[in-house]
Formats: sequence, C-alpha cells, structure tokens
Amino acid sequence: MKRFMVSVAGLTVALLALPLVGLLQRMPWSSLGNPLTNHGTLEALKVSLTVSLLATIMVFLLGTPLAWAIARVSVPGRRFIRALIMLPMVLPPVVGGTALLFALGRQGLVGQWLNQWFGITLPFTLAGAVVAAIFVALPFYVIAVEGALQSAGQHLEDLEDMAGTLGASPWNVLRRITYPQVLPAMGAGLALAWARALGEFGATITFAGNLPGRTQTLPLATFLALENNPEEALVLSLILLVASLGVLIGLRDRWMPSS
Amino acid sequence: MTALTLVGETRIGTLELAVDLQVEAGETLAILGPNGVGKTSLLRVISGLLPLTTGALYLNDQVADQPTSKTFLPPHLRSVGWVPQGRLLFPHLTVVENIGFSPRATPARVAQLIEALSLSALAERKPAACSGGQAQRVAVARALAADPRILLLDEPSTALDTESQELIHHVLSSLDQVATLLVTHNLDEANRLADSTATFSNGVLSK
Repeated sequence: MKRFMVSVAGLTVALLALPLVGLLQRMPWSSLGNPLTNHGTLEALKVSLTVSLLATIMVFLLGTPLAWAIARVSVPGRRFIRALIMLPMVLPPVVGGTALLFALGRQGLVGQWLNQWFGITLPFTLAGAVVAAIFVALPFYVIAVEGALQSAGQHLEDLEDMAGTLGASPWNVLRRITYPQVLPAMGAGLALAWARALGEFGATITFAGNLPGRTQTLPLATFLALENNPEEALVLSLILLVASLGVLIGLRDRWMPSS
Repeated sequence: MTALTLVGETRIGTLELAVDLQVEAGETLAILGPNGVGKTSLLRVISGLLPLTTGALYLNDQVADQPTSKTFLPPHLRSVGWVPQGRLLFPHLTVVENIGFSPRATPARVAQLIEALSLSALAERKPAACSGGQAQRVAVARALAADPRILLLDEPSTALDTESQELIHHVLSSLDQVATLLVTHNLDEANRLADSTATFSNGVLSK
C-alpha cells in the first residue's frame, strides 16, 4: 500500500513540476533583458504593479473591518455572508467580470447612477481593473484575518477587556492589543491578496478590457505575446513566477514549518 | 465619598444576586465564598465588562450602570483597576510596557511601582519569561499605575511564592485613597488586608 501511495505521490509532484521545468527550459536566458526594453512590456508591468498595489491597499482598508465584523459580531445570516465573501475564490473569474459589468457597467445596476451622478465610469479603465482585482483578492485577506481572530478567540477578547479597564478607548484597544496579535495573519493575507491581484486575468479582461497602457496587465500581455512573440511571453511568465515564489518564500514559516 | 455602591436585586444574565454593597474610599472589603457563585461576575459588572440586567451600580457617587435609566459607563471611563485571575498580561509588550499601558499611567508612578514590587530586573522581559509570582506582581503594578479609584483583586496571591505575596501585600496596604474589593479563598489574606469581610453564597452577599 505504501509503495502505491508513494508512487502516485511522486507522479503527482512530477506533474506539478513539469510545467515549471518546461517554462525554465525554454527560457531565453541570454536575452532575458530584451523584452524589458520593449515599451509595451514596461507599460504592462507598470499597470500590473499599479493595479495590484492599489487593490491590495483597498483590500486592507475594506477587508480589515469586514474580517473583524464576521469574527466578532453575531448577525443573522452570518454563514451566508461568509459564503458570499468566499464566493470569488471558487467563482470562475470570467463570471466575476461579467457580474461586475452588469453591476458597475455603464448601463449596470449601480454603474448607471455612478455615471449619471458622479460621472464615474469603471469598465475599461484602470479603476475598473482595480475593482476586478479587489473582487478576486479580497477573500484571501478576509479569511486569513478572520481565522486569526477566531483562533485567538476568548483569550484575545479578555486581553481587550483588560486594556479597556486600564482606560484605553475601543480604538486604542484595537490599535494596541488586537492588531499586534493578528499582525502576522494580516501580513500573510495581504501577500496572498497581492499575488492573487497580480495574477488576475479573467475578471480583468471581461470588466476592464485589454487596453495597452491602461488596463493591460502582465497576465494579459503574456497571453497576447504567446501568439506573436513567445520569447516575450516566457520572460513575462518568469516575472510573474518570481513574484509568486517571492510570496511563497515570504510566507514559508506559515506553511512550511521548519520541523 | 462612597467609591462603590451596588444596590437592589441584581441580575447578571441568568445569575441572580441579592447584593447590597458599599465600599468607601480607603476601605478594603474581602469577599469570601466558594467558586462558581458569581464573585468574578460581580467584579466584571463593576469594571463594566458585564452589564447589569436589573439593579444599579454607583461609582464615586455617580451612576455607572442602571438599566432603568439606560445609563452605562464603558470600562475605559470607570477608573477601576482590575487584577483578574489569570492576570491577562499583554504578551507582545514588555513588563515595563505592560505596567505603563494605561493612558493614566505617569512615568513617575510606573517607576515607583516597579521599585516597590521589585520588578527592575524584569523590566525588559516579556510576560512569558516571568514566573507566576513575577507575573502577578506585574498585573498588580499595571492596575495600580492606572491610578484607579476602585481596585478589584481576584485571588491576588493564590499559589504565589512568599516573596511575591509579601511584596503585593505591602503595596496593597499602603493604598489609602482606593476602595478595594478583594475576592479570595485565603482567610489569612482577608484578615490581613481587609477592613471587613462579606460572604457570598447562593447569590446572597452577607456581611
């Protein structure tokens, strides 16, 4: 039995490693820098960094109160709300993009009012790409922080109570007691959210389009380059791969305990 | 000034307490009684961590909690120092940061308490590196640094080494403007620190 399990496990690991090997084996190592001098590639890199960083900041600002609320406030339908938050993790991104289009598009449920009242148009803009990235990345952060609050549990709430009796206002308690206790989870959640935002493809192309210099992110540029300039596609893939590995290495203590 | 008054039939959730309690500034009242009769709940009510369902609580002659008038003063506005069982030291802060945590703590008072409770050598340690007795001294110092008008002690010297017990008792005996409520199993401690004792049984507090 053991031999069977180990054999299948070995094959599976090979299956996971194979695409990476394929990518690295074809990599034009000697001319690695060439695509980076290409204007379009640099634009895509810039758009990707802008979109993913803005999305990560928004995920932090919106996700922190959300994680706190679902961990601490008992409201009817809390399970439903949690399911709703996790939905983008399992939803095909293209469905997310379509949904965003019908909600926030120029004729969309809310989009028509945004357009009419404030002159704000989201689809096919950089802001739209940010919204798409927030939509897919938010759950990664919220789940991490909510989990940390849940597992710190009653003891953390007792520490917060203690801080209150010492004269610290609720905001002060949050800043001086609660945040330091869940800081590692917040960092990990933000790193995951950033990686997810950086790699976003389906929702972005559906909702924000593929406009070079405006909404064309690295994954979109990679997909296009594959057709007419495979070498560039390889280098762009390498950039995304290195970013993902960076996140993984940064979080190694979380998933790969040294024991 | 009466520091602490709790009047009437008091209900805390499903727990019913017939408590008439009055502690003057400078006075120490020891509350004796077995576990699970609501002593800790009583302390949580006074510190504002648990609301009353009925009855009324006055702190320094002002209403702090009265459901009928919908008055409820939150914990951070009550000037109540609390030394809970289990201590609840902040694990990410050093001993000196724990003691100085309260916005009401002055550097001079913190230094004085560190000296009085013999904590100088531990000042930069995290609570996890302190023994039980040391941690308890830190918890007492932290509560007193917040300059409380009312001090709530929940089993302050249970299972402590003699040195810690002595230091804590010495500091507590030197407080003269603070109303202290001491929950304890230890009759010796009650006799030593308290001006009067009351016994809690079946939700009834009797002097």
